[in-house]
Amino acid sequence: MSAIIEAKNLVFRYQENEEDGTPKKQEIPVLKDVSLSIEKGSFTAILGHNGSGKSTFAKHINAILVPDEGKVYVDGMDTADEENLFAIRQKAGMVFQNPDNQIVATIVEEDVAFAPENLGVAPDEIRRRVDDALKAVKMYDYRSHAPTQLSGGQKQRVAIAGVIAMQPDCIILDEPTAMLDPQGRQEVMDTIRRLNRKKGITVVLITHYMEEAALADRIVVIDDGRVLLDDVPKKVFAQVETLQRVGLDVPQVTELAHLLRQEGIEIEKDIISAEECVAALEALLEKNRK
Amino acid sequence: MVKPLSILETEELTYTYSTGTPFEKTAVDHVNLKIEKNCMVGVIGHTGSGKSTLMQHFNGLLRPTSGRVLLDGEDIWADKKKLRDVRFRVGLVFQYPEYQLFEETVWKDIAFGPKNMGLSDAEIRTRVLETAEMIGLEEELLERSPFALSGGQKRRAAIAGVMAMRPEILILDEPCAGLDPKGRNHLLRQICDYQKKTKSTVMLVSHSMEDAAAYTEKLLVMNQAKLFCYDDTPAVFRRTEELCSMGLRIPQIAGVMHTLRQKGYDLPEDIYTVEQARDAVLSLLRKGGGAAC
Repeated sequence: MSAIIEAKNLVFRYQENEEDGTPKKQEIPVLKDVSLSIEKGSFTAILGHNGSGKSTFAKHINAILVPDEGKVYVDGMDTADEENLFAIRQKAGMVFQNPDNQIVATIVEEDVAFAPENLGVAPDEIRRRVDDALKAVKMYDYRSHAPTQLSGGQKQRVAIAGVIAMQPDCIILDEPTAMLDPQGRQEVMDTIRRLNRKKGITVVLITHYMEEAALADRIVVIDDGRVLLDDVPKKVFAQVETLQRVGLDVPQVTELAHLLRQEGIEIEKDIISAEECVAALEALLEKNRK
Repeated sequence: MVKPLSILETEELTYTYSTGTPFEKTAVDHVNLKIEKNCMVGVIGHTGSGKSTLMQHFNGLLRPTSGRVLLDGEDIWADKKKLRDVRFRVGLVFQYPEYQLFEETVWKDIAFGPKNMGLSDAEIRTRVLETAEMIGLEEELLERSPFALSGGQKRRAAIAGVMAMRPEILILDEPCAGLDPKGRNHLLRQICDYQKKTKSTVMLVSHSMEDAAAYTEKLLVMNQAKLFCYDDTPAVFRRTEELCSMGLRIPQIAGVMHTLRQKGYDLPEDIYTVEQARDAVLSLLRKGGGAAC
């Protein structure tokens, strides 16, 4: 597999204004030295506490921000080269926390058509793309509804469809479930997984929900502007203390196993799903009975 | 006469949006509630279930289409002149309250509410300092511009502004949205401490079943504009299937315990935090307990 996103020694500082209003770059960079390569078709979760730099990193993937030092390549294109801007934004689409900030039209299908229209796609091709995108997020039946009539989870799926309609190779989602209820969260997560598995779209998911991160192929933990951990979820979540030290957490089932181990109980370290937890506890209790 | 233990009551409270238009929608439908004094209440429900509409009735931001809201036994709409007073007594913190910060300094922002209440300067000073301490804002931050604070600090400053009025009821709509796990737990613990110290009633609107389970005594569950139930938190999470059918969930750990119980293991009901689960599993292991049958 080849890399679709490649960051090499990425350093970034935000700009602030001096007292007299002249812009000045901050002294301490938000991203201090990030090197990371994301494979085509993979599903990566990025974790980090507020202010760790994870959203700043995400904004580099579709060239909303460009590096002060180092390079970011999207499908081989340098994000710092303005000529690549359109091609990069078409390749890597972004979904934000609040769907209300991302939805522009008053009818669902018109909203989804917004990006392809702006890309100058032919009308019958737009029709096809919009229908496909809405079916992919299971919102086709709502195509003529007003977005305001939809629930949070439905709106977020429409926002995702709007990105899908550009036919990107990669979608970056910045806390897409932060404002949703449990069911809305599940709908969005199911959609993301389906797009990744069935359509082969590369997914980069930024989240504060550890149970969502557990569904990814790989977890990257960013702390203080650097990559702290980078591994499969089972290996990352096994480091309970490290994660808690940097303001993160582990899924509840992982924490339970951790607490039981502290009491001297022999239970697997790498439990990250409810099913695994049930199986492990069952085995433990059965063994105990004998 | 014995003073009622409830601070807030609703009687057949109903609210209909856009009455007489094609968009007419009943957002709160005949809700009857009695909320106790000195209580940590969680408010859960799917998006659009009517949670926020209901909360906005509690301090008179919305006027019921029919039915009544009683604060300490008195209809809040009985005397319109008293509404201002109601808003001091029932404090409402909206989602992302940091967008409402506006003063030059954090101090002034927190003092804004108490000042409007007409408190003395000495009292305002005490309130600002006490509240800042409870919510974890260091004194040196108080002279700064609220806009120079970090995200978590801004959120705290905004919440402090409402807490400083010492409302009898403090309503917080998703106070932890967008905060990382540590920030989340930290803020929730501070809110609980505030509740205990002031012995007031705090209502916490949340989409996180884990938070609701870990930090509240009672849960108010809204479903499709109706009150599904108002009960002790453990009793609510016992209704697993019903909660799931209305778009809610139980905490992950509660689900695991539920499954094991269904498989016949002798685990107690009402386990919904990780610590409780650990203790239950340990005690079962000590008993040499496997399957119940």
